[in-house]
Amino acid sequence: MAWTRKYLRINLTAGTVKVENLNMQWANDYLGQRGLATKYFVEEVDPKIDPLSPDNKMIFTTGPLTGTMASTGGRYSVVTKGPLTGAIACSNSGGYFGAELKFAGWDMIIVEGKSPKPVYLSIADDKVEIKDAAHLWGKTVWQTEEIIKKTHQDPLVRVSSIGRAGENGVLYACIVNDLHRAAGRSGVGTVMGSKNLKAIAVRGTKGVGNIRDPKAFMKVTYEKKKVLADNAVTGQGLPTYGTQVLMNVINEIGALPTRNHRDVQFESASKISAEAMHEKRPDGKSHLVTNQACFGCTIACGRISKLDEKHFTVKNNPQYWGASGGLEYEAAWALGAANGVGDLEALQYVNMLCNEDGFDPISFGATVGAAMELYELGLIKQEDIGFDAPFGSAEALVKMGEMTARGEGFGKLLGLGSKRLCDKYGRGDLSMSVKGQEFPAYDSRGIQGIGLAYATSNRGACHLRGYTVASEVLGIPVKTDPLTTDGKPELVKAFQDATSVFDSSGVCVFTTFAWTLADLQPQLAAALEGDWSMDKLNLMGERIWNMERQFNNAAGFTGKDDNLPPRLTTEPAKTGPAKGLVNGLATMLPEYYRIRGWDTEGRPTAETTKRLGL
Amino acid sequence: MQKSLHIDPVKCTGCRQCEMACSYENYGTFNISKSRIRIFDFEHTGRKVPYTCTQCAEAWCLHACPVEAIKIDTNTGAKVVIEDVCVGCKVCTIACPFGTVNYMADLGKVQKCDLCGGEPACAEACPTGAITYIDADWTGLDKMRQWAEKTGNQASA
Repeated sequence: MAWTRKYLRINLTAGTVKVENLNMQWANDYLGQRGLATKYFVEEVDPKIDPLSPDNKMIFTTGPLTGTMASTGGRYSVVTKGPLTGAIACSNSGGYFGAELKFAGWDMIIVEGKSPKPVYLSIADDKVEIKDAAHLWGKTVWQTEEIIKKTHQDPLVRVSSIGRAGENGVLYACIVNDLHRAAGRSGVGTVMGSKNLKAIAVRGTKGVGNIRDPKAFMKVTYEKKKVLADNAVTGQGLPTYGTQVLMNVINEIGALPTRNHRDVQFESASKISAEAMHEKRPDGKSHLVTNQACFGCTIACGRISKLDEKHFTVKNNPQYWGASGGLEYEAAWALGAANGVGDLEALQYVNMLCNEDGFDPISFGATVGAAMELYELGLIKQEDIGFDAPFGSAEALVKMGEMTARGEGFGKLLGLGSKRLCDKYGRGDLSMSVKGQEFPAYDSRGIQGIGLAYATSNRGACHLRGYTVASEVLGIPVKTDPLTTDGKPELVKAFQDATSVFDSSGVCVFTTFAWTLADLQPQLAAALEGDWSMDKLNLMGERIWNMERQFNNAAGFTGKDDNLPPRLTTEPAKTGPAKGLVNGLATMLPEYYRIRGWDTEGRPTAETTKRLGL
Repeated sequence: MQKSLHIDPVKCTGCRQCEMACSYENYGTFNISKSRIRIFDFEHTGRKVPYTCTQCAEAWCLHACPVEAIKIDTNTGAKVVIEDVCVGCKVCTIACPFGTVNYMADLGKVQKCDLCGGEPACAEACPTGAITYIDADWTGLDKMRQWAEKTGNQASA
């Protein structure tokens, strides 16, 4: 079996470290990572707790395929109750940290309580210590990683940490590993900061050796790597252009949310696109340096870029002149189109700030978009913030990024997210969010199904919980019309359930551009003892989804929270193929509840919970 | 024809499939800490460079070994550590100018790349062609071809 069957329980209040055996019945029913850690979480944590109190827990968790040769098998997730939303949070990251944790011999780390002083967790195989982090507190993610590598005298140690955003209570703080990979959404880094836990440093030398049938596993993982290599998206589009391959595509179909979703097309989209990253700048170099893979990944969608040293953001800041992660599509959209900013260099600089101090560029960028709209409406005044902040101002975006990273002035308010910001100015309707979490880079007037996916996502607005864009725009696995609501409830459910399994396995959801569950299934079956049939996996995906839903319902969410801001359901798209359309959520939602087996309030019926073994 | 591993760092994405394949081939586990090929990340430039033994013709490690535990595989030209003979004295790790022979404390032996007997697992696993196993006398052939194409396409002065 590919599980190590052991996990760590760290109580920060008491300062204790315990080794516990994995509940193999739960592993059989929930697989690993998102599913299994959420099972532990819902069994141990009262849904009503304050996410930033010591009562909250956080679980760092790998999947059974993490640390194996299955392509993209390097993922880990952080499961907790999210402070941005008050809902279940599960944020997934790549890089090398997840595999290292597995190599050290641990499937998960459950973190409880709150340390009386800043600490970090040091794991070197079986040697696990809670160490003083006074010297790390106040440091950025990048400084923290560097200092830990120096003090441990080990360049091979992998570090996952929070920056100043997580310390300062930015409600969408990330946990960043390997400099620029992040468990990015819902404020999992804020929870880490509230526990006075600065970082986790891992070095693992045990490896993953307990594959059920190693020969069959090697054979099938090679076959499935070939499927990725032969696919146009995972074999060509993503390695060459990264996720940014989408910028011009989504703009053309009129689904690129622009200026806080006032518009659905951005006139400068091409300037911040993948193609622009390849072009030569005035300094004679292109923005993009190379692509980069996470652990075990044969796709390599990651972008590594270098800024123009003469750009206004960095001309006096040589520390930002080196190669660094970005831009990915979501960050380029949120920092760019969402604010009407078409300056690629400025976007990458702010993206670097997000990585350096650990805050989610999606929620941050969308919050800036809301602030700019409030500014244009005269609700936020220049004297309140100290500078001019209309849509399109790269200077304002940069200032807001620096202030949020450092927790200064208006940055403190921006750090609370768009919902709290807009509520403060009496215009909650202008927060482009669901359950308090900001939308990602697809407008649900031009892609109808994704609106339902956003409204019902268990962690607030998110594209990664049910990426119907694959079907509605890219035709994967089958093309559906993005402009109609027909068939979308079934589509959303199918994507949500399948993604729940992928997120629980240890591989990356980006494989699903080429793989279906039928491609993942034989890899799991070769690695793990027991029955791993398609029927079992389908049911498991649905079980995980409903388990998360039940937690949210018990936390106080109702059907009313499965909603979209009025802008998307009452203000028609102004241009493009979706011109004149609003999102048809009211048409889709009742049907979605019905096929989910939920009552009209969005609660799983007794029959449903029984069928799923919940 | 003798073959050798050829590394083209520009093509490396840093995925570690080679390191896992190496450890699986030699120890039956996915354990990059036991890999005989390593990828080095140079974050400041974005470069990623796989590095392993180049199988020197006059191998320092082989000459330094006091117990003749390093032999030449006549089929592949690889310098191979005979584990039963190795006494773990580490002199070869000092002699090797490139650092590609390393001691394993848990086994009390040294390890180095042995070209997997002629079918290197790292080259098979590499998804981008950054690591290939090609004619030892013509590792420069691809680069020559690229330059030949450039030169051939230039208008003469």
